[in-house]
Amino acid sequence: MTRYIIQRLIYMVITMFLIATLTFFLMKFLPGTPLSAADKLSDEQQAVVLEKYGLNDPVPVQYFNYMVNLAQGDLGISFQFDNREVTTIIMERIGPSVQLGFQAMIIGTIIGMLLGLVSAIYHNGIMDYTSTFLAVLGQSIPSFVFAGLLQFYIGVKFGWLPVALWEGWEYTILPTISLAIFPIAIAARFMRTEMLEVMGSDYIVTARAKGVNKVGVVFKHGLRNALIPLITVLGPLAVGLMTGTLVIENIFAVPGIGEQFVKAINMNDFPIIMGTTLLIAFLFIFIILVIDLLYGVIDPRIRLAEGE
Amino acid sequence: MKKTNWLLLVLALVLSMFLAACSGGSDDTSNSTDDADSEETTETEDTSGEEGEASGEQVLNITDSAEIPTMDASLATDAVAFQWLGSTTDGLYRLGENAQPEPGIAKDHEVSEDGLTWTFNLREDAVWSNGDPVTANDFVYAWQRAVNPDTGSEYGPYMMGGVIKNAQAVVDGDVPVEELGVTADGDYTLVVELEKPVPYFESLTTFGTFLPLNQAFVEEHGDQYALEADTLLSNGPFVLTEWNHGEGWTLEKNQDYWDAENVQLETINVKVVKETSTAVNLYDTGEIDRTGLSAEFVDQYRTSDEFKVEEEPVLFYLKMNQENEVLGNVNARKAIQMVIDRQSMVDVILNNGSIPSVGHVPQNFTKHPETEEDFRELNGDLIETNVEQAKELWATAKEELGMDTVELGYLGGDSEVAMNMDAYIKDQLEQLEGLTVNVQSVPFKERLQRDENMEYDIQNSGWGPDYIDPNTFLNMFVTDGGNNKTGYSSEEYDGLIEKANTELAQEPVERFETFLEAEKILIQDDAVLAPLYQRAVAQLWKPYVKGVITQPMGPDYTYKYAYIEGK
Repeated sequence: MTRYIIQRLIYMVITMFLIATLTFFLMKFLPGTPLSAADKLSDEQQAVVLEKYGLNDPVPVQYFNYMVNLAQGDLGISFQFDNREVTTIIMERIGPSVQLGFQAMIIGTIIGMLLGLVSAIYHNGIMDYTSTFLAVLGQSIPSFVFAGLLQFYIGVKFGWLPVALWEGWEYTILPTISLAIFPIAIAARFMRTEMLEVMGSDYIVTARAKGVNKVGVVFKHGLRNALIPLITVLGPLAVGLMTGTLVIENIFAVPGIGEQFVKAINMNDFPIIMGTTLLIAFLFIFIILVIDLLYGVIDPRIRLAEGE
Repeated sequence: MKKTNWLLLVLALVLSMFLAACSGGSDDTSNSTDDADSEETTETEDTSGEEGEASGEQVLNITDSAEIPTMDASLATDAVAFQWLGSTTDGLYRLGENAQPEPGIAKDHEVSEDGLTWTFNLREDAVWSNGDPVTANDFVYAWQRAVNPDTGSEYGPYMMGGVIKNAQAVVDGDVPVEELGVTADGDYTLVVELEKPVPYFESLTTFGTFLPLNQAFVEEHGDQYALEADTLLSNGPFVLTEWNHGEGWTLEKNQDYWDAENVQLETINVKVVKETSTAVNLYDTGEIDRTGLSAEFVDQYRTSDEFKVEEEPVLFYLKMNQENEVLGNVNARKAIQMVIDRQSMVDVILNNGSIPSVGHVPQNFTKHPETEEDFRELNGDLIETNVEQAKELWATAKEELGMDTVELGYLGGDSEVAMNMDAYIKDQLEQLEGLTVNVQSVPFKERLQRDENMEYDIQNSGWGPDYIDPNTFLNMFVTDGGNNKTGYSSEEYDGLIEKANTELAQEPVERFETFLEAEKILIQDDAVLAPLYQRAVAQLWKPYVKGVITQPMGPDYTYKYAYIEGK
C-alpha cells in the first residue's frame, strides 16, 4: 500500500511538471503584454518595463528561470497587482471559493443522493418522475439563471437573505444554493441509474429472498455498490466547484478565485495564471488519488486486485 | 432586519423632507412643501451659498468595479487606483469644481518668464498620517522614483517624459535619476524645470503619478510598500483604514488633514461588485448609494429622480489604416465618416446618455481662454451624416481607385455591447455600394497588438485624456506618433501641433485657435478618423448624497466635499 502511494506521488510530480511546462508555453501565445497601459505607451517605454520584469528575455530563458523559482516554491509576483505575491493573492482568494464549493458539495451530494434513492426505490412512480424532472432541470438550466432568480426573489423582493456581498455566513447561503444545483442533478441521476442496476443484480435478489427488508437491502447492500461510479464523478466536480466559478462569484460579489483567474488571463498576468493553474491541477491529481484509495475502502474486490 | 431597513428608509425620507425644509439649500426633492420652502431657500442661498447642511450619519456606501490594483502612486495606471489614491493623497494641486485645479499641498506657484521653471510654494501645515510633515523632498523623491527604470513604472515615463527636464534621459538610463528637473529649495519650496513650456502643467500636477511619497516610509517598507492598509500613508482627506483584497475597503476621514474642516464624510465603504444587475439589486435594497446602469436597465429607471447621466471626455472612433489601398483614398474615408448614423447608434445600442461625436476633442472638456466658449461649440460639427453624399464620395473613390468591389476588415471588441455596435456599423458601412465589411471581434490585448503592428483596415478604438488640454487628443496623430498607427502623415498638421507646443506655448489664445484649426484638418480635410460617440455613464444616486464632484480625468469622483443630507 505504501509503495503504491509513493509511486503515485512520483507520478504526481511528473504530471505537475508537464502541466507547468505546457501552460507556460501556451501562455506565451496570448496576444499582447501584461502592461496595463500598453495602449498609451510607446514601444521604447514598454521595453523599459518589460526589461524590469525579465519579459524581454527569450522564452526558453524565461521558462528556465520560472521553473527554477517554482522548484524553490516561489510563484513570483503578480503583474496586475504590482508587487503582490502570487501565493498571497491565491491564499486570499481561495478561502471564499473553497467554502462555497464545500458547502455546495455537501448539500448537493446529500440531496442528490436522496433524490436518486427515492427515484430508484419508487421506480417509475410519481416520485421517480418528479425527481428525474428536477434533475434534468437542474442540469440543463445554467446556474446563473438560478442565481439571478434567487437574488431577485429571496434577496430583493422578500428580503429574507442578503442580496450579495461577503460579510458573514448568511451571505454564503444564496451562492451555495446556486452552486449546489448542478451537483444535486448529477448526484441524483447517477444514484438513480446505479441503484436501479444494483437493485437488479443477483446478490440483491438473493438478499431479498433471504428475507432482508427493502430498506435494509437498499442501505446495506445497494448504496455501497452504487457509490463507486458516483465518487468518480463527484471528486473532480468538487475540485471544480471549490476552485471557484466566475459566474456565481460575480453575481454574488464573492471575492473568490474563479473571477481572479479569468481576469488574470485577460490581463496576461502570467504568474497568476501559472499559480492558479498549478493549484487547480494539483487539487485534481490529489483528489483522483484520494478517490482511487477510497475505491479500495468501499469495494474490497478493488483492494485485492491492486494488492498483487 | 430587512423590514426595519424599510421602515428606516421611509422614516429617513419623511425626515429628509423636514430637514430639507429647515436647511433650505438648493435641492429639489421637497417640492411638496413649496411655499414655506421657496422663501427660506432664497434667504439661505445668500448666506451659505451652495453649501448644504450635512445631517445624520456621514457614511457613504458605494461599489467599485474591481479590486484596487495598487496603491503605489508610481505604479498606478487605471481608474480604480487613481480614484483611491486621489481620495487619500493630495498632490500639489487637486481637481475641484468644474475641473479647476485648487490648492493641495501647494499654496500657489510662480512660472518663470520663459515658462520653463515652475516654483511651487508648499503649505507648512500638511502632514502624513504618521505625523511627518509633507515636504518638497516628498515630491522630488516621488517623481524621481516614477521615472527610475528600476521602479518599473508605466505612467512615470509616459506622463513625465518630454515634460520634466531630463525625464526621458533618466528613463533611457543616460543620466542618473538625480538629474531629473525637480529640486527642493528648503522644505517648502519645490522647483520644477520643464523640457519645454507646458501650458497644462498645473492640471498635470493633480494626476496620480505626480503625488508625493514619504521617502523614509516607502524605503522602510520596500517591496511591501502600499500592499496593505498599514503599509501606506495618507496626506489627503481620507485614510484607507481597512483593505480586504477582492472584497472591499474602508476609508475614514483623516483628522490630521490640513483641510479637515471642509471634509464632512466620516466613512466611505467600498465593495467590489462587477455585475451591474447585482449593483442595481443592492441599490434597490438600500445597501449602496450609487450604481451604474447598463443599457438594459436605463429604460426602467430613466424617469426616476435618482437617474443621472454623467458625460465623460472619452471618445470612440474608427481608425482607418491608410496603408490599405482603399482607405488611403481620402474620398473613401470621407464616405465612411458620412454614412454612419451616430444618433441612432447612441440611442438604440448604447442607450446610456452617450452622445454622437463630431470631432476629435470632446465637448465640455476645454474652453477658449478668453471667451470661455467650449472647444466643441467653437469648431461645431466637423462631420454630418449624409448617406447620399457619402455614396457619391464612395463612387468617386472607386473610380479613382479603379475598383468595383471592396472588401475591408473591421477590428472590434469582444464584449456584447461592442459586438452589437460593430454589427450596426457594418450594416451602416455596407450601404456603400460594393463594400463588404468583415467584422472580427477580438479581445482587448489582441486588438492592441494588431494596432501596434498596423494589422487592420478599420478599427473601433477609443481614447481618454491624460490632462485637460486639446493636445492630449490631437497630438496622437502627428507623423509616427506612438498612438497614431494609421499611417497618417501631414506636414501641415504636424506643423500646427508643433507650433502649439513650442512658440505658442505661452500664448493661450493663439494656441487654442491653432488646435481648432488642427482638428478641422484632422477630421474635416483629411478624414483620418470616423468619429463615433462620446461616452457617458448612466447612474442612480441616492438623493441624500450631496457634493460629489465628477472629474474628467484622474479620479472619477472627488469625495472631499461630499456629505449626507437627510438620509
